[in-house]
Amino acid sequence: MTLGTLLLAGLFRRRGRTLLTLASIIAAFALFGLLDAVRIVFNAGADNAGLNRLIVTSRLSLIQPLPLSQLPRIQAIEGVDAVAHANWFGGVYQDRRNFFPNLAVSPAEWLAVHPEIRLTPATREKFLNERTAALAGVDLVDRFNWQTGQKIPLEGTIFPNKAGTNTWTFDLVGAMRGDGDTRSNFDGQLLFRYDYFDEGRLRDHGTVGWYVVRVHDPARSNAIAQQIDALFKNSDAETKTQSEKEFNLAFVKQFGDVGMIVSAIMAAVFFTVLLLTANTLSQAMRERIPELAVLKTLGFSNGTVCGLVLGESVLLLLLGGLGGLVAATLLLPALNGKLGAQLPPLSVTPGSWALGLAIMLGIGLLVGLPPALRAMRLRIVDALADR
Amino acid sequence: MVSLRKVSKSYVRGRQSVAVLHDVDLDIPDGDFVALMGPSGSGKTTLLNLIGGLDSPTAGSVEVAGAHLERLNSGQLAQWRAANVGFIFQFYNLLPMLSARSNVELPLLLTALSAREREQRAMIALSLVGLADRANHRPAELSGGQEQRVAIARAVVSDPRLLVCDEPTGDLDRQTADDILGLLQRLNREHGKTIIMVTHDPKAAQFASRQVHLDKGVLTDAPVV
Repeated sequence: MTLGTLLLAGLFRRRGRTLLTLASIIAAFALFGLLDAVRIVFNAGADNAGLNRLIVTSRLSLIQPLPLSQLPRIQAIEGVDAVAHANWFGGVYQDRRNFFPNLAVSPAEWLAVHPEIRLTPATREKFLNERTAALAGVDLVDRFNWQTGQKIPLEGTIFPNKAGTNTWTFDLVGAMRGDGDTRSNFDGQLLFRYDYFDEGRLRDHGTVGWYVVRVHDPARSNAIAQQIDALFKNSDAETKTQSEKEFNLAFVKQFGDVGMIVSAIMAAVFFTVLLLTANTLSQAMRERIPELAVLKTLGFSNGTVCGLVLGESVLLLLLGGLGGLVAATLLLPALNGKLGAQLPPLSVTPGSWALGLAIMLGIGLLVGLPPALRAMRLRIVDALADR
Repeated sequence: MVSLRKVSKSYVRGRQSVAVLHDVDLDIPDGDFVALMGPSGSGKTTLLNLIGGLDSPTAGSVEVAGAHLERLNSGQLAQWRAANVGFIFQFYNLLPMLSARSNVELPLLLTALSAREREQRAMIALSLVGLADRANHRPAELSGGQEQRVAIARAVVSDPRLLVCDEPTGDLDRQTADDILGLLQRLNREHGKTIIMVTHDPKAAQFASRQVHLDKGVLTDAPVV
């Protein structure tokens, strides 16, 4: 037997109670793993943003269109390498549940300002030359089992077409894939050509949703952003130019502050775990006062007894917490299957493991400290006499 | 082995100070087997706790196995107890979640012995009390007498010079009590352990080599009737 065995034996002294508490902790950390994966995905766009890209939107609102006539003036600013533009199309494929981001873009410029998009030369060639061409991220291709050359009908939710319907049809010319960390940005998107879209729509001709500006020197990004906004100040279409990271965060926040919502839910869950575990440990310690007194009688120091109680608490949280994160890791592939391409693939990242571990240790120490201190201060003669 | 001089002990209960022991002088030589007797509330257990280093005197000097216990802090007392005293309680006080062998091994966790050596010594101690075949049983699977034997094995496993026993047979039937007392007598006679045993039971006291009587916190020459 070792001190570790003694610690484990103490922890599972009341097996039923410990297992129920463990189950609660596992559930809490499984929830943490799932929610943190969602939070990370929502922030991933911002984290993977290019440092040399600026996004120009209307100063009034993200959904307010900008005139295409602004493009050459932005292009003319010194230090600007390339300018692409995009419109949020908001189409759905077959069913509203099959939502994924789909954008009308200026094809050559879009690929120029996003060198991290990987596609074959043949696919690139077709996308640049065929008016109805569409590029789909590899996750979408896998999910819907699309084939190159297939017609993809999208039901527009914002833009009716000149045919008087909301159905837009595109020709899939190939798949695209984001490079490295940018996978989540591109692998679930569908891109098609702005010229086809602009000719086909009933209104708002000659307008774009936003511009993407690639600057030559990232150190000059702020100055160029100010120049762009100054250029259109007091015009009908004033602009707001920000870094891609700021833009992505603002875009995500349209759906609500996911980080805050997730943090609030996790805080509530962990507060409940804190109360539950504290109550369980406190009850367990009360029952074991004579046993702790016996250990002290045998010569275990106050520090050792305190360490044993604290160790039980931390071990309980570590067992439950790691179990919960493993459960989340196993659950996420199934959840990814259900979500399809609505969100990029969710996973429990090393960052989530590290944060989870810190929370386990924190709660373990917090709930273990009061009973551990009580055990340390325990007077042997009083405890043995049950006073 | 034990030398008590002018030892007093009082407790504060609420606003009142309750004196339990008054100027106790006591000498117990090495290898003695002393039965500490007296009516309830006479201070027997308090005196035993002082000798065992579980409590500190309010006044006076408690010298046991060469150490002045009243001068030691709680950490030093814990180390001293681990090295010098084995404890045997009325209700055995075994840890219910551990096997008999693990219970016996507990004091050895505080030594530098390897896991294998600890296990071997625990088995030797269990053999000494005749329970080697019950090593893997938990306390709930043992009879009262067997539990007390395990407690005795735990008390002697680290080979202390002194055994302090608080009513070790108080919870046992006559036959089992006699077996346990016989075992203690053997530990005293054959292994040279100094034993101080608190008991109410005159028959139990007969197993000791001498009796010390306590009444209202004062040592007396004759049993209190």
